[in-house]
Amino acid sequence: MTHITKSSDISRPDFAAIAAWISPGAKVLDLGCGDGSLLRYLHDTRSIFGYGVEIDDNNVLSCVRNGVNVIQNDLESGLSTFESDSFDYVILSQTLQAMRHTEEIVNEMLRVGKQGIVSFPNFGYWKNRAQVISGHMPVSEELPYQWFDTPNIHLCTLGDFEELCNLCGAQILERIVMNGGRQIAFLPNLIGMLAFYRFERQK
Amino acid sequence: MQAQNSVGIVTPQYVHIDKPLHLMSGAVLNSYNLVYETYGKLNSAKSNAVLICHALSGSHHVAGIYADQPKSAGWWDNMIGPDKSIDTNRFFVIGVNNLGGCHGSTGPASIDARTGRPYGASFPIVTVEDWVEAQAQLADHLGIDQFAAVGGGSLGGMQAIQWALDYPERLRHALVIAAASKLTAQNIAFNDVARQAIISDQEFYGGDYYSYDTLPRRGLRLARMLGHITYLSDDSMAIKFGRDLRSGAFSFGYDVEFEIESYLRYQGDKFADQFDANSYLLMTKALDYFDPANAYNGDLSAAFRNAKANFLVLSFTSDWRFSPERSRDIVKALLDNEANVSYAEITSRHGHDSFLMVDGYYHQLVRAYMDKIET
Repeated sequence: MTHITKSSDISRPDFAAIAAWISPGAKVLDLGCGDGSLLRYLHDTRSIFGYGVEIDDNNVLSCVRNGVNVIQNDLESGLSTFESDSFDYVILSQTLQAMRHTEEIVNEMLRVGKQGIVSFPNFGYWKNRAQVISGHMPVSEELPYQWFDTPNIHLCTLGDFEELCNLCGAQILERIVMNGGRQIAFLPNLIGMLAFYRFERQK
Repeated sequence: MQAQNSVGIVTPQYVHIDKPLHLMSGAVLNSYNLVYETYGKLNSAKSNAVLICHALSGSHHVAGIYADQPKSAGWWDNMIGPDKSIDTNRFFVIGVNNLGGCHGSTGPASIDARTGRPYGASFPIVTVEDWVEAQAQLADHLGIDQFAAVGGGSLGGMQAIQWALDYPERLRHALVIAAASKLTAQNIAFNDVARQAIISDQEFYGGDYYSYDTLPRRGLRLARMLGHITYLSDDSMAIKFGRDLRSGAFSFGYDVEFEIESYLRYQGDKFADQFDANSYLLMTKALDYFDPANAYNGDLSAAFRNAKANFLVLSFTSDWRFSPERSRDIVKALLDNEANVSYAEITSRHGHDSFLMVDGYYHQLVRAYMDKIET
């Protein structure tokens, strides 16, 4: 399967939100890294050392062109190439919703990284809810596909993801919810379009 | 052959190395010749040199053609040349025939100065480590302290790995393509059948066939036929030959009937006319012995601990002789050492031979990687 990351399309506030969580010089693994632009950004702004994992040929090629370390691998088959606890941060940026083995990848993130960072489009966003009420699957800037051709097979709301974290033994450290580049504090599960979570293994 | 963007007409060069080479086996070669070719120009800082290492049956003739031989394109001519993936407008590319080979470097068919006769069976077994040592002598001769990159496919990729382990300061990048950190038992088995085919040929004379003015042609031919099968994939053979018959009907005999038989016999014959059987034996042993983790209790990550080069590791999905799993072993060891590494698994149905073929994604990856290398 192809992981839909569209990292080149992500506006800078998205990158900045993730970068703000990354300590300078950290070792980072970016799962479904797309064309490598997030890694490139983190390298340029936070002096990170890292690798991307990507399945799509064109994206792997773009990563090499971007001067980013990339390992061509299918995330669905796990992260067996990576040792436990070998990264400061493991990032899954807008890929979670397109994965078949959702629970497994969160568990693998917890194994390989000291902390995990996940971002995904919030299915609970009010416009999505409105479209469902009007009788249709949502189509929007964050979810640009029709129901029959979408790679997004595991869409979730903020609350859903937090339940998954609990199930996987992930302790949520921080959450940011954004709407069009602005951070949302009021009614995040209704007004937020994109959600970001930073978590670690429950102690 | 691609005439476009060719380095054009090339001429081999020779260097005589007088410094004794202490081989892994304990034997010593007091002096030896290496034949090599170069493409492009060495810059004034001598920082743009790329060493290309050849595989089992390759040679120093990597790119370009020889004068008056329009069909003599080098074995990686599709990869190397002006504006090609390894761009000779930017890089000074060197191809060298390995020690023990039969294309001009000192090997079993060369005259042993001590006896005035061909080395034959007395030529010592050489290893990948020995080759790298000899290549380093060539680098010294050319005044190259550090390669921008060392690369190759298959056995050539093994040499690139060995360079990174033995001379971490002397290369900035390693291109390891369709390679492995060691051969599997199945792989060694194939090599041994090939060797037995040669050694059991009555014309082999214990490796001293030169003195009898003959060649173990049948043995070498069989060895090559076997090897060739393993370099292709079931799919590629099915597509290229299927069960096609030469005459369209069974002839109920043992002559050539199926197209695949014809093809393999042709390949075997062609190879037996060009290659020296003793060199073939030597090359297969070098493959079998290669195992850098062996000195570290099988811990490949430990073997890579001192490597400093950045790596591009490539494998091909249909390559069952040097499968993607073997490349992933190498990648794992590099990740464990926090080395800069990129790895791609190229979808191809051409088996191990894929590394010699033109493929858009493959060639673009190499180009993209090489373009990032500073000179």
